[in-house]
Amino acid sequence: MKICVLVKEVPDAAVEKRINASTGRLDRGGEKNLNPFDTHAIEAAMQLKEGGALSVDEVVAVTMGPESAKRALTKAVSLGADRSVHLSDEALAGSDVNGTGYALAQVLAAESPDLVLLGQQSDDGECYTIGAVVADHLQMPSLTQVIKIDVEGGALRCERQAEYGYDTVQVELPAVISVGDAINEPRYPSLKAIMGAKKKPLETKAAGDVGIDAGRVGYDNARAHCADFAAPPAKSAGQIIEDEDTNETVEKIVAWLDERKLLA
Amino acid sequence: MSGILVYALHYEGAFNKNSLGAVSEGARLASELGTECHAIVVGEGVSDDLASQLGAYGASKVYRVEGPEGLAQPVIDAMEAAIAAGGHEYALFGGGLLGFEIGAGLAARLDAGVCMEVTNVRVEDGKLVAERPILQDSQISSVHYRSGVGVIISRLNAFEIKETGGSATVEDLAVEFKAHSLKAKMVQRGEQRGADVNIEDANILVAGGRGLGKKEGFDALEELAGALGGAVAATRAVVDAGWYSYSAQIGQTGKTVSPKLYLAAGISGAIQHKVGMQASENIVAINKDSNAPIF
Repeated sequence: MKICVLVKEVPDAAVEKRINASTGRLDRGGEKNLNPFDTHAIEAAMQLKEGGALSVDEVVAVTMGPESAKRALTKAVSLGADRSVHLSDEALAGSDVNGTGYALAQVLAAESPDLVLLGQQSDDGECYTIGAVVADHLQMPSLTQVIKIDVEGGALRCERQAEYGYDTVQVELPAVISVGDAINEPRYPSLKAIMGAKKKPLETKAAGDVGIDAGRVGYDNARAHCADFAAPPAKSAGQIIEDEDTNETVEKIVAWLDERKLLA
Repeated sequence: MSGILVYALHYEGAFNKNSLGAVSEGARLASELGTECHAIVVGEGVSDDLASQLGAYGASKVYRVEGPEGLAQPVIDAMEAAIAAGGHEYALFGGGLLGFEIGAGLAARLDAGVCMEVTNVRVEDGKLVAERPILQDSQISSVHYRSGVGVIISRLNAFEIKETGGSATVEDLAVEFKAHSLKAKMVQRGEQRGADVNIEDANILVAGGRGLGKKEGFDALEELAGALGGAVAATRAVVDAGWYSYSAQIGQTGKTVSPKLYLAAGISGAIQHKVGMQASENIVAINKDSNAPIF
């Protein structure tokens, strides 16, 4: 059985993210890293592989992005993936959620995985939706924001929090599952795994290699076009108290609360 | 005809508040566009009485589909069928988890543009334009649709519930579900984990997040809440981790509160949390990171 894990390279958490005014796209300059949510998806794949309830032959990391996105794949491999696939094509640049999900579904279809795992959201786009888009194209059952996966009779018993409490859902394979960060504590890669990651197979594919229809991807074909970036209405600036002397800080907070008659 | 189709989520005989807000907003936009707002309900044995309630919020027609509840993919099939029958130009969802899954899947199915976390929708040249805050709400982008159907998924509590006093016809729609849509089955829905606590009536809430470090970090919050005469609330991360009760959770898949005082300890302030508490009258946040979005 094969597990594909979708990963994404995102700006490092410390980088201030902004829109490039001339292109209308996210400025992707600066330090980058593997999307933190994706490390939970890789860990979930590794735990399924090591758990033995499913016979997992390989874990494949898959990404779509420019040349630099290879680093996210190398990181994913250092965390345990056996090999990786990089979908990279100028024609894909600027794709919206619809186009990105479609393109990823095509590259996944070529791999015919038994399970696709991904993080519940990317640190930059914050769309939470790629899993659902990919699942519809692949015609696989899907669940997002899953925080527990158990294998039961060849199917997955998944738990997640939804609108009315915790739901338990039985999902038949093949399936697409996005995971929340509460699902596990990702391991740190060993030095050996980091050193060895660049030697594991990395395949680069162009849009045409996996039969992607050029009319459905890229900035010009985005079905949802983002424009007119505006600043949100200004919120009143709050008061910041630096905690230098905790007793003093507490007094300040208590005085603030008392002023507003919040202390009974 | 054109029009707006709104998904209405229901559970145990009542509609979700965010769905009612979405129906109200759909009706407002439809009237501005000179068209109709329809709603769709998917469930097991949905009564005429329940389905027709949506008329009071502005839906002129309610499609009723017999199918599994609480899962996204059967609803995608149902909405595809309703749009094929009704020729709707927009699909609208209130905030919440299922709306994201259904809306995104529907966009894939119809090759449609989709925008999520929408906080405002406006009419421009006879079309809907969705406004979405991005990059931790530092900017608002306007999204224009270039597809036959536009999918709008709103942020939690984005739309106000408005009763118009109208009435709706209920139309049964037979849907043949796709094979994959029936391969996920609900085993248990809406399990409440932890003690049942009431936070919605509290004037003062002391809320804790992952920054508390461990489950025992809540002991101090309990003590503080007791001294202030308030209650303790929590973020999703700590509820998922088992540190505190689900019934005390604020945000996207939890509760929405607006107490006189909201005191947040160790909460960075993810959007999913903020949408549930930003209407609080006074907010005090304690955090080690001065760049945390809670500030």
